[in-house]
Amino acid sequence: MVVVARRRGVARTEPAWTRADVEELSAARDEPRWLLESRLAAWDIAAATPMPTLNDEEWRRTDIRGLRWGEAGRFPVSDAGLEAVPAVNLEPLVGAGEGGSLVFVDGRLQRSKFASSLAERGVLFQDLGSAAREHGGLLRQHLLTRVVRPGDGKFAALHAALWTHGVLLYVPRNVVAELPFHVVMYNTQPGVSLGHVLVVLEESAQATLQVEYASAETEEQAAWIGATELLLGANANLTCVSLQDWNRNTWEFSHQRARVGRDANLDWVLGVTGSHLTKAFLELDIDGQGANGRMSGFFFADGRQMLDLDTQQNHNAPLTRSDLLFKGAARDHARTLWQGMIKSLPGMQRIDGFQACRNMLLGDEARMDAIPGLEIEADDVKCSHAATFGTLEEEPIFYLMSRGISRPEAELMVIKGFFDELLERVPFERVRERLQARVESKIVGSNGLRG
Amino acid sequence: MALEIRDLHVAVEETEEVILRGVSLTIRQGEVHALMGPNGSGKSTLANVLMGNPAYEVVSGSIHFDGDDLLEMEPDERSRAGLFLAFQYPVSIPGVTVANFLRHALSSRMKAEDPDSKGMPVPQFIRLLRGKMAELNMDQGFAGRYLNEGFSGGEKKRAEILQLATLEPRVAVLDETDSGLDIDALRIVAEGVNRLRGPELGVLVITHYQRILNYIKPDYVHIMMNGQVVESGDSQLALKLEESGYEWLRAKYGETELVAGEAT
Repeated sequence: MVVVARRRGVARTEPAWTRADVEELSAARDEPRWLLESRLAAWDIAAATPMPTLNDEEWRRTDIRGLRWGEAGRFPVSDAGLEAVPAVNLEPLVGAGEGGSLVFVDGRLQRSKFASSLAERGVLFQDLGSAAREHGGLLRQHLLTRVVRPGDGKFAALHAALWTHGVLLYVPRNVVAELPFHVVMYNTQPGVSLGHVLVVLEESAQATLQVEYASAETEEQAAWIGATELLLGANANLTCVSLQDWNRNTWEFSHQRARVGRDANLDWVLGVTGSHLTKAFLELDIDGQGANGRMSGFFFADGRQMLDLDTQQNHNAPLTRSDLLFKGAARDHARTLWQGMIKSLPGMQRIDGFQACRNMLLGDEARMDAIPGLEIEADDVKCSHAATFGTLEEEPIFYLMSRGISRPEAELMVIKGFFDELLERVPFERVRERLQARVESKIVGSNGLRG
Repeated sequence: MALEIRDLHVAVEETEEVILRGVSLTIRQGEVHALMGPNGSGKSTLANVLMGNPAYEVVSGSIHFDGDDLLEMEPDERSRAGLFLAFQYPVSIPGVTVANFLRHALSSRMKAEDPDSKGMPVPQFIRLLRGKMAELNMDQGFAGRYLNEGFSGGEKKRAEILQLATLEPRVAVLDETDSGLDIDALRIVAEGVNRLRGPELGVLVITHYQRILNYIKPDYVHIMMNGQVVESGDSQLALKLEESGYEWLRAKYGETELVAGEAT
């Protein structure tokens, strides 16, 4: 009875977008022909790919049937400006000074700053729409072609077809951009947004980037279908800090992936504390000999949040190194899931891969899962993985209390102490402070663990 | 000002096994008491109950501290009231440095007294901590290490005495602080305690060896067996134990006494 299922008012299991939406979106942005074609090609893949269900291996534990596409799938209409963004989300946290900042509110660019000293050296830092018109060749080569691809999944395809806004950071060969870049994607409206981050560092280029995702409380649901592409040429060096704190009605589906070239170095920090549900595919492809990739993930779920982080470390060259540490906590009825995989192709000798996910369960009703995995097809390798689970034990709490520290404060100290191992890997004091403040608001903000 | 324990009966919370069977003891500021006894006699249980360890349940009896009912107080309130326990097995707390921990402990005292207090300023705290560490021959790098994490036995005990020296309690209970220490470490720890000795501090030294009492001279010695204080005396009692062991006590207060006691 297809007719009944499509009756108005019945919850949709899929967004109602059509090929015409893709054409309309591209036309409204005055996009070049190649970009429309690339969107349409992605649309064909999206249309042919079914919405994931609990029967798909990667979605086995992540139920998205509660997402009402009827409201979450609408493109928002907004006249909100920069003043809608809380000061805390505008704060640059990485390094001194600012090489540039791009602030989007409901997908519309509301602030654009860029240091002329960097522009003069050939660095590009701009919104993706204008980059498509001004630097078509560059985008055609790199946008959704090599790092994240439409074929990576339903949401990758939808993103490639319908991305609404985004950022290009391009650093030419041998240019060291000392000043950090800052991107803010803030939403005030429910509905869908499809934001993109594309970073291209040419050979021996260097940059630091902070991306902040957050939204104001809304009654209705929102969907974020995002993609991040980090492309590091030979000997390039990128530090990327991404902080996600969506409101509790947002469902995030994101593909975030890095490709690291020969002798290049990536330091990638992710903080995931917001959203109702997050399904993030976080991938590290270490493509060139001598390359290093480090991922540090911080997550904390409360209420009825579900955070599902799917990480993959692909060693595609010999003599490569990857080091992944995720640490998280869950309380109330929240759920978290981390699935990790280290992969190497045959003949990729002398690789050094590490992954660990450490979990702290702060309540009987919460649930945390961690599933490490290794697929190694070479013999001279050093690969290890670990998943650990702990709770808030009474013994250390009693010890701290016996020195005059109150129970809530003692609990907070132990929980913050748990995250310290991860925060020590974060190279910026203010990012560490921000994440500690998130722990504090998750614990204290709701009258403590027993509140 | 005194810590007064009256006819204290205590069981293990989980198993309801009775450990203390009517302990009475009074420790005044300025006095040093030693509590001796064989393994399993209930010495450490007493120490933990004094501090409010939730693993134990007080069945009957009372503990008053400066006239206040200690059993009505949470462990943090007991600490702020001036009670201190140097743990036999201090737990490690990853991610919390010695310095951070001690500053919190001091600040929580200041905030309890004055809700508007911002706690102890960092420079003042660092000066204080450096001084205390120097007195205990502790490397300054110690302050930055995670609390008890990877500490040797001697380092753990020294860290406990560092906390004692920093928090300046009115009554300190040292639970087997001598165990696992070599003679040099023992001397440093004992000197640390002796430096704090004075009319303002009452001390209860729990030990089953007389050795530490060569360094920390007690005013009173008590012997505990089967959950009761069976003998009290002066420092001569400790020497007698050293010479004759616990056998004569077992003969005097052995199983028969215990069975008879339970029958009543």
